Amino acid sequence: MSLRALPALLLRDLRLAVRHGGESLMPLFFLFAVLILVPLGVGPGPNLLATIAPGMIWVAALLASLLALENLFRPDFEDGTLEQWWLGHLPVTGLVMTRLLSHWLITGLPVILFAPLAAQMLYLPDQALGVLMLSLLIGTPILSLIGGLAAALTLGTNRGSVLLSILVFPLVVPVLIFATGAVAAAADGFSPRAHLGLLAALLVLALTLVPLAVTAALRLNIE
Amino acid sequence: MSLLLEARDVTFRRQGDRVFKPLDVELAAGNAVVVLGPNGCGKTTLLRLLAGILQPAEGAISRHAATAFLGHASALKAELTCRENLEFLRAFHGTPGISASRALSRTGLTGLGLRPARALSAGQKRRLGLASLLVSPRPIWLLDEPYASLDDAGGELVDELLAEHLAEGGAVALSTHQRKPKLASPAGELWVQRAPLEEPA
Repeated sequence: MSLRALPALLLRDLRLAVRHGGESLMPLFFLFAVLILVPLGVGPGPNLLATIAPGMIWVAALLASLLALENLFRPDFEDGTLEQWWLGHLPVTGLVMTRLLSHWLITGLPVILFAPLAAQMLYLPDQALGVLMLSLLIGTPILSLIGGLAAALTLGTNRGSVLLSILVFPLVVPVLIFATGAVAAAADGFSPRAHLGLLAALLVLALTLVPLAVTAALRLNIE
Repeated sequence: MSLLLEARDVTFRRQGDRVFKPLDVELAAGNAVVVLGPNGCGKTTLLRLLAGILQPAEGAISRHAATAFLGHASALKAELTCRENLEFLRAFHGTPGISASRALSRTGLTGLGLRPARALSAGQKRRLGLASLLVSPRPIWLLDEPYASLDDAGGELVDELLAEHLAEGGAVALSTHQRKPKLASPAGELWVQRAPLEEPA
């Protein structure tokens, strides 16, 4: 088994993402569309916005990560690239993790980088900004992992976006609760450690189990 | 003669039914096998089984060397250029062979290196698929209809590449409808027969 396949795959995924340009930036545009439109709807008062800021940023990040899921495995499935993973000399679970990493780099990382701007737009208290970034850093990989599992399971269905969303939503509820809990606690001046600790535990759990489950789900759909 | 791939009594089940009658397949170094049979008898399924993409429902397959599988879907990324596609595959499969530009010229695609794979014709895509076999050499070639959508020159190119591969100690199994490979030593033939429907027990 050659581990050289992993950086090669990562590089190609990122190159494809750059070549798709607009499509890859969709999640980020979506995030800011929500963050700009909601204050117009509920009224721009700083007190109200500061209260709902953690929840809004997180819900927008969650929905943004859903946007790119349909393209996680399906193009590879349709053009025959995916079946090449099973030729026997490639570490399939490693390839799955590489693909999920590239998904996170494309959808998760830009959200984290632009989170300070989003926080400013919604009057999030300054002492909560660090915790918001940290919660996104721990939480968005979980979104990519769970989303990847749903995408792998629905690969055989005909463009199963609805099924995909139904599978993802219950699984990401804990992520949303602990992440927004951490940011809200920090904004109110309390310690966010308990929430962040539970979030990190969820990440460890997802990181351990999901790649194996994704590998099995892809294998089922290849057959 | 060293055996590169052995399959004993293999078959595959789809929705519980056998796809084809159990088969024995042996591929030794320097051997070519042509998989024959009518449409829908399971030729592609057999090749995918041999490649390891599918797991046999019955029987056992042992592979003693790395395999390359070239199917109907070309396994190329339409948005990448021909050269990028080949360079990716060269690194991905971990057994670098000849360079991407030499593979392109060998398969008659000289000068198309910077063209996106999307802009190739069906026959050119097949040729690019053949080039992908050259950039990452693996001893066992499993080719699903390699002659499809190729012109006469393309068919001869496939024959030449097969002959070179066999001379280097490789083995080939390929399915075909159009033409049979013209090789120095005649290729073995393997008929795939559709399995009769089983009576529910």
